[in-house]
Amino acid sequence: MSETPVDPDEVRHVADLARIDLDEDEVDRFTVQFADILSYFDALDDVPEVEAEADLVNVMREDEVREGLTQEEALRNAPESEDGYFKGPSVS
Amino acid sequence: MSLDAFITETTIEGDDDGPLAGRTVAVKDNISTEGVRTTCGSAMLEEYVPPYDATVVERLKAAGASVVGKTNMDEFGMGTTTETSAFGPTKNPVDESRVPGGSSGGSAAAVAAGEADFALGSDTGGSIRCPAAFCGVVGIKPTYGLVSRYGLVAYANSLEQIGPLAPTVEGAAEVLEVIAGPDECDATTREEGADAAYADAADGDVEGLTVGVPTELIEGADERVVETFEDALAGLEAQGAETHEVSLPSVERAVQAYYVIAMSEASSNLARFDGVRYGPKTETEGNWNEAFAQVREAGFGDEVKRRVLLGTYALSAGYHDKYYAKAQDARAWLKRDFDEALSEADVLASPTMPVLPFELGESLDDPLQMYLADANTVPVNLANLPAISVPAGEADGLPVGLQLIGGAFDERTLVRAASAVEA
Repeated sequence: MSETPVDPDEVRHVADLARIDLDEDEVDRFTVQFADILSYFDALDDVPEVEAEADLVNVMREDEVREGLTQEEALRNAPESEDGYFKGPSVS
Repeated sequence: MSLDAFITETTIEGDDDGPLAGRTVAVKDNISTEGVRTTCGSAMLEEYVPPYDATVVERLKAAGASVVGKTNMDEFGMGTTTETSAFGPTKNPVDESRVPGGSSGGSAAAVAAGEADFALGSDTGGSIRCPAAFCGVVGIKPTYGLVSRYGLVAYANSLEQIGPLAPTVEGAAEVLEVIAGPDECDATTREEGADAAYADAADGDVEGLTVGVPTELIEGADERVVETFEDALAGLEAQGAETHEVSLPSVERAVQAYYVIAMSEASSNLARFDGVRYGPKTETEGNWNEAFAQVREAGFGDEVKRRVLLGTYALSAGYHDKYYAKAQDARAWLKRDFDEALSEADVLASPTMPVLPFELGESLDDPLQMYLADANTVPVNLANLPAISVPAGEADGLPVGLQLIGGAFDERTLVRAASAVEA
């Protein structure tokens, strides 16, 4: 069994963080599945620390103005727009 | 199409000449095509029409290939069977009661059924190789950085690569030759391997080639799969290759590490699907967060929700060190193990999938069992290495794939060895 048992409240909390509404059936189903899956992930506890090679480099390109999407193209897939802007729900 | 290999059938003409002139390509529906909808197998993007082509699509068109359709896939590339698409499952052309494998199942099925000369898939943890194995075709997962991901709808950026599926090793290598090489729109692409002639390497010459066989990737596989794999290996030996056992102890933790990393990256990547700039219009009330949560509940399928939630959990305060940090340690451990094994062998060989193709519906209720089926493919993505799946033969009338894994940017050796398996 996982050291971090999952209960329905925890599933609801994570769903809230991830901005996904879940219905009660989904909460129940995910609670059972997450217990199984997280318990399986517990096997990572015995992974040794390995020094990772730090061979990463930043790759930058010149900061040049170039042609991008037109306003019309950028808005084309939006379900709602107004006066050339995306229209979304209120933020408050 | 009775197989449901395509979500959208279309015709995008390529240029008149070029190495692929007159040939047809099917493109996985998470690769952007200008003016042709690109759904990622999701209700969230059912009506999404990209305003630009992915770099790989531009390159295929310039090489003369015509796109004949956008292929079915597990939603956002999350699955091993191509059953989690919002547009319904794809059937395996070899046996229509079975899955084609996933998540590029539509691409593999289209090629296996002759509905396209070749196809593009994307491989995050085996999504090209698994369906190639289940449908009896060839699939290449290139070295990370060889092929541009610009225009691929991202799921787990540090793991995924676009690659070809084709009926033959030489065919897949021809396509790789066209799509490989650096791209200024994708800063993770590299110069290495850009101008290599991959198709030329399909000469079947394996005299003196050393093949390491990781014992951990054979244990636990279906006996029928192992038998077919060993026969194919014996075929390579008969052609002059030398085989020896190698041990990769770290692969025992690869599936856990893979899913923690992939789910974590998914939770971040899929945050952009909020129904404002694209996505379904919903009649919602409430503030931004409430509307956002409602549109994501309606637009995402079960597997996507499962992965986004588990990824959010793995990255959340208190669990980051337990899951994500340990998964990164496992990834470094895997890279070290592969480096050692490949210092003593030109390529490594294993069955691509430890099982025969599932029956449709068989694996849907138990996600953990489905994740375990990826044991042989995910280590390659974690180590950023190239691999190829080539048909090894059949067991009970179903295809078995042989996977060859090579050193970084050593696709030519993989193509050479795989072409000898075909012989």
